[in-house]
Amino acid sequence: MQDLQSLTEQALDAVAKAEDLAGLDQVRVDYLGKKGQLTALLKGLGKLSAEERPAAGAKINEAKQQVQEQINARRAALEEAAINAKLAAETIDVTLPGRGEEPGNAHPVTRTLRRIEKLFVRLGFAVEEGPEIEDDYHNFEALNIPAHHPARAMHDTFYIDPSTVLRTHTSPVQIRTMEKAAPPIRIICPGRVYRCDSDVTHSPMFHQVEGLVVDKGVSFAHLKGCVDQFLKAFFEADVPVRFRPSYFPFTEPSAEVDIQCTACGGEGCRVCSGTGWLEVMGCGMVHPNVFASCNIDSDEYTGFAFGMGVERLAMLRYGVNDLRLFFDNDLRFLKQF
Amino acid sequence: MKFSNAWLREWVNPQLSAQELADQVTMAGLEVDGIEPVAGDFTGVVVGEILACEQHPDADKLRVCTVAGHPEGEMQVVCGAPNARAGIKIPFALVGAKLPGDFKIKKAKLRGVESFGMLCAQTELELGEDSDGIWELPADAPTGTDLREYLQLDDVAIEVDLTPNRSDCLGIAGIAREVGVLNRCPVEGPAIEPVAATIDDSLPVSLMAGDACPRYVGRVIRNIDVGATTPLWMQERLRRAGLRSIDPVVDVTNYVLLELGQPMHAFDLAKLDGGIKVRMAEQGEKLTLLDGQEVTLNDSTLLITDDSKPLAMAGIMGGEESSVTGQTRDIFLESAFFSPLAIAGKARSYGLHTDSSHRFERGVDYRLQEKAVERATQLLLDIVGGEPGPVHLRELNDAMPAERHITLRRARVESGLGVQIADDEIIDILTRLGLEKIDQDDAGWTFLAPSFRFDLAIEADLLEELARVYGYNRIPSISFSAALDILPEHEVELDGTALEQTLLARGYHEAITFSFIDRESAALFDPKAEPVALQNPISADLAVMRTSLIPGLCKALQYNLNRQQERVRLFETGLRFVPGADLQQQPMLAGLVYGTRQAESWTGGKDWVDFYDIKADVEALLAETNAADEFRFVAGEHPALHPGQCARILRGDREVGVLGALHPQLQKQLDLPKAAFVFELDLDAIGEARLPAFNPLSRFPAVRRDLALLIDADVQAANLVETAAETAGEMLTDLKIFDVYQGEGIDFNRKSVAMGLTFQHPSRTLNDEEITAAVDAVVKQLEQKYNASLR
Repeated sequence: MQDLQSLTEQALDAVAKAEDLAGLDQVRVDYLGKKGQLTALLKGLGKLSAEERPAAGAKINEAKQQVQEQINARRAALEEAAINAKLAAETIDVTLPGRGEEPGNAHPVTRTLRRIEKLFVRLGFAVEEGPEIEDDYHNFEALNIPAHHPARAMHDTFYIDPSTVLRTHTSPVQIRTMEKAAPPIRIICPGRVYRCDSDVTHSPMFHQVEGLVVDKGVSFAHLKGCVDQFLKAFFEADVPVRFRPSYFPFTEPSAEVDIQCTACGGEGCRVCSGTGWLEVMGCGMVHPNVFASCNIDSDEYTGFAFGMGVERLAMLRYGVNDLRLFFDNDLRFLKQF
Repeated sequence: MKFSNAWLREWVNPQLSAQELADQVTMAGLEVDGIEPVAGDFTGVVVGEILACEQHPDADKLRVCTVAGHPEGEMQVVCGAPNARAGIKIPFALVGAKLPGDFKIKKAKLRGVESFGMLCAQTELELGEDSDGIWELPADAPTGTDLREYLQLDDVAIEVDLTPNRSDCLGIAGIAREVGVLNRCPVEGPAIEPVAATIDDSLPVSLMAGDACPRYVGRVIRNIDVGATTPLWMQERLRRAGLRSIDPVVDVTNYVLLELGQPMHAFDLAKLDGGIKVRMAEQGEKLTLLDGQEVTLNDSTLLITDDSKPLAMAGIMGGEESSVTGQTRDIFLESAFFSPLAIAGKARSYGLHTDSSHRFERGVDYRLQEKAVERATQLLLDIVGGEPGPVHLRELNDAMPAERHITLRRARVESGLGVQIADDEIIDILTRLGLEKIDQDDAGWTFLAPSFRFDLAIEADLLEELARVYGYNRIPSISFSAALDILPEHEVELDGTALEQTLLARGYHEAITFSFIDRESAALFDPKAEPVALQNPISADLAVMRTSLIPGLCKALQYNLNRQQERVRLFETGLRFVPGADLQQQPMLAGLVYGTRQAESWTGGKDWVDFYDIKADVEALLAETNAADEFRFVAGEHPALHPGQCARILRGDREVGVLGALHPQLQKQLDLPKAAFVFELDLDAIGEARLPAFNPLSRFPAVRRDLALLIDADVQAANLVETAAETAGEMLTDLKIFDVYQGEGIDFNRKSVAMGLTFQHPSRTLNDEEITAAVDAVVKQLEQKYNASLR
């Protein structure tokens, strides 16, 4: 049986030396195949005596099994190496940027508008829009601002002709809504508005959102609650809010709304001109004359309205320090939002 | 309205600092714009007296003065002022004094002569605008007294930015009343006693303009000394209110305007012919105003005339001819009520705005006229002397403003404001504000509004007064409750944010450009339209309303290219204004792309964008409607677009938008180095979406057949697809063009188009013969219609 032992060693050696799966398979064929050398030994068993035969057979089978096991092991090793080699070859630089379009950004004014809309729409306010070239009646008369009213001087109106203007506020949308719908009314009116004024802090076009609530039993305290909650929600902070008596022809009582300066926390700084407060909104209880223009009975219904400058809120929220940036459309600016 | 704090304190003096007072009135609706010291920050300045004044030995322009006022005796001061002379009293800054700007006065030697101190001009003390020479103080100024003490300079000027409804606060008296109400403290002005007439002279006054001027008070004063000087205290009060001293008569009328809020006018009696008439101007009548300009009047202007000529634009500005001058001996004082409606807007229509028009157009107390005349007479007699005639009042009873009775319901206070205020407090607040309770019942009260509050007419006005004085911030903030009705939500109305999100995801940034543009840009993009023009544009750049959003985007593109941005993708939503008999204000969505197909990247994609890139963006937008098949693109023309790369977008027969390359000519005019592509869609037209309707999925295999066809180069893909789809029958589920080739190997006026046809049956497997028959039919139809041949 010297033959078996040397043949086995020879086979095991060949297995160990096989460099790839094809070579390994050749080794298997050479030794364990139908015509393989170890298989051939089994054929020689016939020459042995019946007594010797079982033991010799068992030894050969044992050797075959040993070789097979080594082949299996070697195969696994070679397969793993092949996968590893493939993986290594396929390794890429994952830090390189991805392929495809870089998404753009909504304008900060739109972003702010959406935020305001979301807060009110959740409360059941509808969003209403209207024309930007507006007639004198809806922009002024129906809002209790007759011709030559001194308040018209506050508006710096752009005229198309003596009875047609670029709307100076989105309040005409309130009128148009009240003309066609009966109370209860809960709306906000976002949009572009125009004032004939242009300097560092004034743009001839800017955006407003106005709100209107008309229902039974609406009081000034409700107005305060609504505005106060809105501002705290918008700024996501418990900002102190104060109401100052003011004057708008279309509301009575009227108020300006200040929040404590977001830049200095009320200490007084450049942003708030040292006052510690920032004017952010105007509001008031709907004037009975306005209701009368829209055929709403002011004994039955009361209402409140409020209005805010969107750019102003965007500037405070995102720290934008120059109003003009909103309309330059500089990509370096737009990409920040 | 700007005023001296010290002056106000003579009327009402709560225990509050100036800042506290300012905060208080701000929170009551009189917004304080600023508080500023009435003089510069200086110390060590006294009233000095020049005892002697000699020429400087070595300097033509300098004088050597001997000045009294220093506690240690006379001092020698070198002074360059031309008006320095012996005998005058002047502000004398002693050695050691500190002047505004932290300027310290030291002993000095000027051209060899020692100088101990400095004689000051108004501007050097920030006490006025006169810088021509040293400030000459009144002869009775006590030499040696500290100047701050003498002029009571430890005062501040408070500026209140009044809303147009609060004309009652355009005078110290009104501000004082307000402060009195807020602090529940007494208000008392100077005693104003009627001044008895010493002569009988008066002028006849006829009021011929009805309710435009229902009340007119006049008084003649003879033999005044117009050469007298306005006392320093009055000059100072005027200065602290922002008014310059002119002459004693004007100063007194201005003083009364500031004190009581009644604008007045003084005429030179000698220039008046006959009596005073108040009437509307005749169209084209001319008047030369005090400021020298001649105005041509229109017939809506209220005019003061005498028997022969116009004298003054009522309530706005006096005329030059009848004005008080250095020669005037006798004057006629006018104190009238011109109704707000008669004055409102008139001054502005002549480009004028005066302290008088500002008050009259907002409303002047229509019971104040006699009091103002008496006050002015009193002050004038003190300063310029003279003999007053009787106060002459003309009043048109029927034309006077109606008395306003306002009913306040107790219940409405609580329901309107959301807070309960005690009856006593309600009455107290309103009474202090000048309302008079004239009636009451179980439900509430009726008040008479004061003649100085033009803004009080209805119950809501009283609610505001109560809330304001009670304190807005003491009123609770509570949540409003309403019925939880679900609002309609129309699924087939395209959500604007969906389009926005589509473009954002495709690399567009949102722009917001002005709705007005310059006329030239408007014409470049839309030469046929006559855009809606503004009557009063800010500038020629912002003069007409856009008829397209594309010019604005092009401008934004230029702006960015000028700032080293090389790849620009922008979109905007907003109205365009289509002129015509029936002006259309249409919501549009426009986009612009410029630059490489992809952002610069290591992955390549450095090709310039082309028509099909932006078309894909538009198709993605239209897909949001879930009805992409309703839209067609057809070759079109547009003045701003490349004639060979322009598509009109149709929905049915309605044109809903356009897309294409900017016309090369326009590209050149806009200074764009390479091609830019734009689109514009009518949002109303694409806004209608289709509700998804489920189609059962087939369980049977789909079969695809590809065709490569040669056709004439000018045949459009849409025609092929349409014909193929119609011919292939119902089993065709998809049809794609997957290759288009033109060039080498093909006849130059032919092109190769490859299309893939996918067939599927909902309920069975299709057999080969059916599909072949369908494909053959397509090929045959295309051969006949478009001269197509299989490749």
